[in-house]
Amino acid sequence: MSSSSPSDPSVNGSPDAAPRGKLKVFLGYAAGVGKTYKMLQEAQERLRQGCDVVVGYFEPHGRADTIAQLEGLEVVPRRVIEYRGAKFEEMDVDAILARNPEVAVVDEFPHTNVPGCQRTKRWEDVLVLLDAGIDVLTTMNVQHLESLNDQIHQITNVRVRETVPDWVVQQASEVVMIDLTPRALLNRLERGVVYKAEKARQAKENFFKESTLGALRELALRQTAYEVEHRHGAAGEETLPGSARAAKSTETLLVYITADPSAAALIRRARRAADFFHAECWAVAVSPGSGLEGFPQSDREAVEKHLNFARNLHLETRVIEGSDPAAELVRFAHDRGVTQIYLGRERGHRSLPFAADLTKQVVRHARDVEITIVAERKPM
Amino acid sequence: MSSVSRLSPEELLRRVQAEEEYERRGRLKIFLGYASGVGKSFRMLDEGRRRKERGQDVVVGAIQPKTSPDLDKLLRKLEVIPLKSEDGVAYMDVEAILKRHPGICLVDGLAYDNPPSRPNAHRWQDVEQLLQAGIAVITSVNLQYVAERREEVERIQGKRVNVTVPESFLLTADEIEVVDAPAEYCMPQAKDGGTATPGELDQRLSQLREIALLLAADVVDRQLENYCERSGVGQAFGTQERILVCMTPRANGPRMMERARLARDRFHGELFVVYVSQPDLSADDQRALERNLAIARQAGARIEMLEGPDAVAAILQYAREHRITQIYVGHSPQQGWLSRFRKTNADRLIEAAEGMDVKLIPQ
Repeated sequence: MSSSSPSDPSVNGSPDAAPRGKLKVFLGYAAGVGKTYKMLQEAQERLRQGCDVVVGYFEPHGRADTIAQLEGLEVVPRRVIEYRGAKFEEMDVDAILARNPEVAVVDEFPHTNVPGCQRTKRWEDVLVLLDAGIDVLTTMNVQHLESLNDQIHQITNVRVRETVPDWVVQQASEVVMIDLTPRALLNRLERGVVYKAEKARQAKENFFKESTLGALRELALRQTAYEVEHRHGAAGEETLPGSARAAKSTETLLVYITADPSAAALIRRARRAADFFHAECWAVAVSPGSGLEGFPQSDREAVEKHLNFARNLHLETRVIEGSDPAAELVRFAHDRGVTQIYLGRERGHRSLPFAADLTKQVVRHARDVEITIVAERKPM
Repeated sequence: MSSVSRLSPEELLRRVQAEEEYERRGRLKIFLGYASGVGKSFRMLDEGRRRKERGQDVVVGAIQPKTSPDLDKLLRKLEVIPLKSEDGVAYMDVEAILKRHPGICLVDGLAYDNPPSRPNAHRWQDVEQLLQAGIAVITSVNLQYVAERREEVERIQGKRVNVTVPESFLLTADEIEVVDAPAEYCMPQAKDGGTATPGELDQRLSQLREIALLLAADVVDRQLENYCERSGVGQAFGTQERILVCMTPRANGPRMMERARLARDRFHGELFVVYVSQPDLSADDQRALERNLAIARQAGARIEMLEGPDAVAAILQYAREHRITQIYVGHSPQQGWLSRFRKTNADRLIEAAEGMDVKLIPQ
């Protein structure tokens, strides 16, 4: 199965390990919709119920209402890290582990740690807390979800760099949508609740246009609906846990990995489709020689990068060998019962008289397999 | 891509009038929840409180009989126009509210019915009256009371509700906000009198939750379209999967529709089917085409006949106008769209379908 990893609960089978902590994600679509506020409210509620709650990381952004929600909550001091002469503060995972609370509040799930931390990403820190049996409440915006990166770029003209792989969010036991209408959000922005005046003006010109916010909000609503369905089954469908449904699925996807820059978008798109179809997903490169070494020097690095990216998104990767990529790809597809092949629209081939030659060859070989040519998604 | 320049004077006048009507009318904001206990009333009253603190003129026009300490705390900070009642049926005092004429009126329980003697049968019609009088309304409604969703909700819940609000009324809202929470929050209320196990309850509530989120997404999608049209921003990008199937007489209709339908259902997307009219179809082809379109109709697709000398151009124009994200075309290696020797329609489609995936479905 493609979704196994050290932090996947299904493979965390040691009988005497503490039960894994539960992750709850407060999902929003922009800064200022109230994710952190809602998260702290829930922390307060759990504290009232007698839970042992600490704040592991919290980003106040100077918002008074939110800071007020912190009252009475124990805060674990941050770790100070020096990097290139400047001081940075990050969540102190070791201190939280030593304190060992029942619940830790960790703001800004997609955050990238400053170099010098043990782990690159805050979500990796959170996985460590969960593994130690600590429940975690966290916040993120929908634009940080990896598989939506191209669509977000298309909508906002911003390439979001801090992303969270979808399989990480799928580990959450609950995803809750923090909704606010764009108009209400823009009002907040105007009143200076979200950002200080100067930053507010900049924000309004970019991200905070009503149409952009509307589109992001719609994405967040649909994503939350998907997350609910993923956990509890669709209306009228029998409930099966995610892994059982994947086993039952009749779909298997294959992505053709090349050195072409379109590969990243292709991988994301296929990942998303595989999740929605509850399908397994292969990422396959065809080497003209032996393994990765067999690729021409100019391509090797890019192919390897793309394979790594696919692995990070929990696609099962393979390098197969052969001089006729289309034939090899289709042979592999037939052997593994692949039902859909995903190909990129290669940029280099625009000058050829026919559209992507490889597509044509794959079509010729794969008589019974559906082929998807994934589009490049550019902002308007 | 503003469309304003193409408008006739009549159309412009109609738009200006619509705009004026829009300005006169009170704004409507709806809090949508998927079950009781999710916190709709609280959100509504809390928004009323905040607006009042910011100096707006807010009254409470209707509140549900069962309140909680949290709600009572908010209510004490707000001016309440009490409900009236007749034969034990409570109704909103529309006359008193119109007389008081506040800036904003909070109306809980949008789906309630009025007693028979009242001019309006339903509370949502009372709200409409307030809006027409220029009073803004903030209201709350439970998914199970949305008329068009009732059957679906009943199938899940196994119980009937009698009072409803038409979805078309929800779609007139200027703003709709989802009040979301995990199913466990609503368990105590949902359990009332039922025999379902906690597991069954949780699944039921989660299904309702999903429907509410998707309904809200649809409303947002429509608002986005309207907004973009009004302000000439140009088409918004689809955040929903919109699947377009290119149908021909020779296509394997059942297979194409089965694949497209599966994708539509999994993505909760929309399904479109087009065919480009051809002048000299044989009787056999005509029958085959009709069979294929019948399958498309059965799948609930939007079907359109396109005209034009260039099939690919016609399909692409339609696709762009309808914010299509995936185009399905049939291919058969022997005789089909992709030829080794010449540029076929599928080649051209793949080349020109900017921003859209192209799916080649084996025949």
